[in-house]
Amino acid sequence: MTSTETRTAGRLGDSPLRPDGTLKVTGEFAYSSDLWHDDMVWGVTLRSPHPHARIRSIDVTDALRVPGVSAVLTAADVPGENAVGLEHLDTPALADRVVRYQGEPVALVAADHPETARRAAKRIVVDYEALPAVTDPRRALDADAPLVHASHEDNLVRAMKVRRGDPAPTAPVVVALDFEVGMQDQAFLGPESGLAVPDGEGGVDLYVATQWLHVDQSQVCRVLGLPPERVRLTLAGVGGAFGGREDLSMHVHACLLALHTGKPVKMSYARDESFFGHVHRHPAWLRYEFGASDEGELIYAKADILFDGGAYASSTGAVVGNGGTLGLGPYRIPSVHVDARGVYTNNPPCGAMRGFGCVQAAFAHEALMDELADRVGVDRVEIRARNGMREGDLNITGQVIDSAAPVAELIRTVRDLPLPAPRAEDPDIRELPGGASNTTHGEGVVRGIGYAVTYKNVGFSEGFDDYSTARVRLEAVAGEPVATVHTAAAEVGQGLITLEQQICRTELGVDQVVVHPKDTGVGSGGSTSASRQTYVTGGAVKAACEAVRTTVLRRAAASLQRTDLRLEGDKIVAESGEVVAGLVEVLEEPVEETVEWRHRPTSPIDPETGQGNAHVQYAFSAHRAVVDVDVELGLVKVVALDTAQDVGRALNPDAVVGQIQGGSAQGMGLALMEEIVVTDGHVKNPSFTDYLIPTILDMPPMQVKVLEYADPHAPYGVRGVGEPPTISSGPAVAAAVRAATGKALRRVPIRPEHITF
Amino acid sequence: MDFLAPTSWAEALETKAAHPDALPVAGGTDVMVELNFDHRRPAALLDLNRVPDLQEWSRTDDGRIRLGAGVTYSRVIAELGGTLPGLAMAARTVGSPQIRNRGTVGGNLGAASPAGDSHPALLAAFAEVEIASLRGTRVVPVAEFFTGVKRSVLEPDELIAAVRTTPPAGPQQFCKIGTRNAMVIAVSAFGFALHPDRREVGTGIGSAAPTPRPAPAAAAFLAGELEAAGLWESRGPLPENLATDFGRRVRDAAAPIDDVRGSAAYRLHALSVMARRAATWAWDSYRDENRSAA
Ligand SMILES: Cc1cc2nc3c(=O)[nH]c(=O)nc-3n(C[C@H](O)[C@H](O)[C@H](O)COP(=O)(O)OP(=O)(O)OC[C@H]3O[C@@H](n4cnc5c(N)ncnc54)[C@H](O)[C@@H]3O)c2cc1C
Repeated sequence: MTSTETRTAGRLGDSPLRPDGTLKVTGEFAYSSDLWHDDMVWGVTLRSPHPHARIRSIDVTDALRVPGVSAVLTAADVPGENAVGLEHLDTPALADRVVRYQGEPVALVAADHPETARRAAKRIVVDYEALPAVTDPRRALDADAPLVHASHEDNLVRAMKVRRGDPAPTAPVVVALDFEVGMQDQAFLGPESGLAVPDGEGGVDLYVATQWLHVDQSQVCRVLGLPPERVRLTLAGVGGAFGGREDLSMHVHACLLALHTGKPVKMSYARDESFFGHVHRHPAWLRYEFGASDEGELIYAKADILFDGGAYASSTGAVVGNGGTLGLGPYRIPSVHVDARGVYTNNPPCGAMRGFGCVQAAFAHEALMDELADRVGVDRVEIRARNGMREGDLNITGQVIDSAAPVAELIRTVRDLPLPAPRAEDPDIRELPGGASNTTHGEGVVRGIGYAVTYKNVGFSEGFDDYSTARVRLEAVAGEPVATVHTAAAEVGQGLITLEQQICRTELGVDQVVVHPKDTGVGSGGSTSASRQTYVTGGAVKAACEAVRTTVLRRAAASLQRTDLRLEGDKIVAESGEVVAGLVEVLEEPVEETVEWRHRPTSPIDPETGQGNAHVQYAFSAHRAVVDVDVELGLVKVVALDTAQDVGRALNPDAVVGQIQGGSAQGMGLALMEEIVVTDGHVKNPSFTDYLIPTILDMPPMQVKVLEYADPHAPYGVRGVGEPPTISSGPAVAAAVRAATGKALRRVPIRPEHITF
Repeated sequence: MDFLAPTSWAEALETKAAHPDALPVAGGTDVMVELNFDHRRPAALLDLNRVPDLQEWSRTDDGRIRLGAGVTYSRVIAELGGTLPGLAMAARTVGSPQIRNRGTVGGNLGAASPAGDSHPALLAAFAEVEIASLRGTRVVPVAEFFTGVKRSVLEPDELIAAVRTTPPAGPQQFCKIGTRNAMVIAVSAFGFALHPDRREVGTGIGSAAPTPRPAPAAAAFLAGELEAAGLWESRGPLPENLATDFGRRVRDAAAPIDDVRGSAAYRLHALSVMARRAATWAWDSYRDENRSAA
């Protein structure tokens, strides 16, 4: 390797090896469930068996008698306000007099062994009086529906209207459909877990796997009745998140037990418990209508979208917001009428999951787009290209799309990628639907191709003050310049740590960049969600580096008595190009700068018309799926899942492709197998035996085409990457299965019996 | 919980007689899951991994195969793929490589789940279970082994010693439906064997009744039709409607339920398709054998 290559390694545009990569592959990475303290006790949670019930009484006497038990806590033991929640403080930390879903936390036990704690929890006697439950969200707003929250007038969490153009539009061609999307789970592999360590002075340190340390901190503080300086959070190793760690899980519980026992408390959910320990993706019922010209140009679109929020609001408001503002897809539509609603029910709470609001809607608008194409006799790719947004267009909330919107290019790009070879004469059965299960040797197998395109907002929307904080320190260590970057932005596996290093190397010309543990010792980094961290925390780190550089050059100017200086690599260079000093020479004192960075503001939308600049940035992607379906048995093998996505600029090309592959797999999972089955408020499959996620045999090889149309408004031109692939892959797979089977398939996941009957 | 670890078969039988409530552990892929979920709290565990006899398979003097209860799926696939093709096909569909490296055929029988994948293959092969205790050894046809959901004829002092089966005289097939392409519990499964030496057909239904079960009426029907049409000798093509009719009769032998993995109606439909296809594939191989022999 030449010296120049060494110097440039690990900068923006490279794909340096991530520090957690090898550890994760070899099983050595320390996840939050691996946390340990020699003096710790174990906390467990007793949960409600009922979807809706009044708690008449709780008797903990027997549990406390179990040897080894150090605490049993209920709502009565909550010192502060017993209320948490991301949008509304509607969620008790421990159920108080009423439980609203199966699995709601009711009591906590701490004991010297997890098994002891579990057995003691079974001895807590809770006297429940079952209440009528509302478990069909389509009935939740009926006048006679039981109220999930007695203090509310009805079961509505949020309703959103979007109105634009002709209020009574007509069109020569009208197509319509109803669609239903089942409840998906994030299915992260690292269970909810963490360690709370009391500081001996009434405060607590919490080490936890999460997506947003500061929003956790404020909620934990409220329940504990403590100020933020006494509740310090540090990010532990995160085993996947996908939105499921935006809400609190064991955070408050471990802290309550720690403060009560005076001992470090570890909590780690079992696999089945994890299915009750976090929110899921909202199931949705969607009714869509498109009006178009005879050539298939959209004239109007109507949508009615209902999201089941479950027992507590969580992120339902934002999900409704996305469904409403983005739910018609990346198309130019003159007249629009959208109603999106999220309701309370006694089903499991639903909240954030990768691509929320858009994932559900895309199944409907893409199925309907195919229907329109067929009706007017236009190719399914061309109809999307024809109606696709372009830069400068207005979207359905009247916002100008002021950077690249390459819908036509994306969908044509995936169309033009090479197709997989036709099925072999005598194929290996592992390449067929059913795989090694040997259900076909080619009988009944039909190939289908499907397309889908999407767009998704990046960052927090509708006027939210969305910012991140970065502290960058530059100092000389053993004669070498070393940067330390400190943000509270959660690394959940997406690669932010690596990216922060890349930015510092690029901006400051240093090779060595230390990433400070993520904690609440620095200002908020905002949420690791909404595909926003590269943009927002990346922007904050860049700004902090620039501030450091300015200070360094000011110092150099003072000591060298000249002002024509710039930083090039680790050299201070004059205008002439002459190297006038090494960076370390001006680092006798470290330089440290902290910057709070904001993207362009968004604004709330008009409550009557839904018009407004709701979102900061849009990201676009398209997929083409090729499937082989055994139409007689209803089994599906995805043969190819190819995609094109505009990422603005790929700061770490390998990480970008990794996000796209993972997101695509997750979207495919929803199309074909991933569903939490809930009957009368009870979860029927809380385990990986029956909640199926794609295996490596289910996931085909992917061709990934990355477009880089820099967004002039974003740092480095980046565009969020993580969510779009999850949105467009599922609808493309569903479309391919429809193409192979000729069935309407208006529900996902598509089960074998939907194909065979 | 006591942990009993006999190192010989005789000691294992003595231990089981002395501790009838001890739960045997072979690969542990069922047992450990149940312990983890606290579904079971046995007084003792009886570890069979140190009993050498159980880990072996052999050919007996009468030419039959005796498969020790502790032989893993991976070994069935690697060592017996050609000898016990139906069982090996079933073994390939079990779990993941890790599970196949630990899980055993004896454990599958011990668990007696209606969804156990080796069962349809063993049923179709007319295999027998060799059961032993200090009281002696008895041999039970697999078709009589299961008595209910996760229940079998095993008495508290008994252990499964081996599976006995005759190397097949004709082709075998195994098919399993799952909603993904690997690592999945059967929604329903079907085992099929042609026994040209006996002019018989073997069948096994999985995940579509309280126990794994054969479809004797369907099997007799098909064997009879083959006989009547002289097809065993002529090795002519299997008439399509015969295969379809056989599939329907297999379906009629099942008694599935609706559950989160699939509906009863789908299970029945899938069984009829699998039975038709499996019979056709096996028959085609039978015809090919003749051609290659000629
Ligand atoms: C992730 C996963 C995937 C799986 N996938 C499948 C699958 O696809 N198909 C399938 O059929 N199964 C599957 N299983 C279940 C399990 O792997 C099989 O049933 C396996 O055959 C059990 O064998 P084992 O040796 O591990 O049994 P163990 O767990 O050791 O024992 C199982 C039962 O048999 C009893 N037992 C064991 N040996 C004897 C003996 N010699 N005498 C008497 N009783 C005995 C035990 O007491 C216990 O009741 C899966 C399990 C897991 C964890």
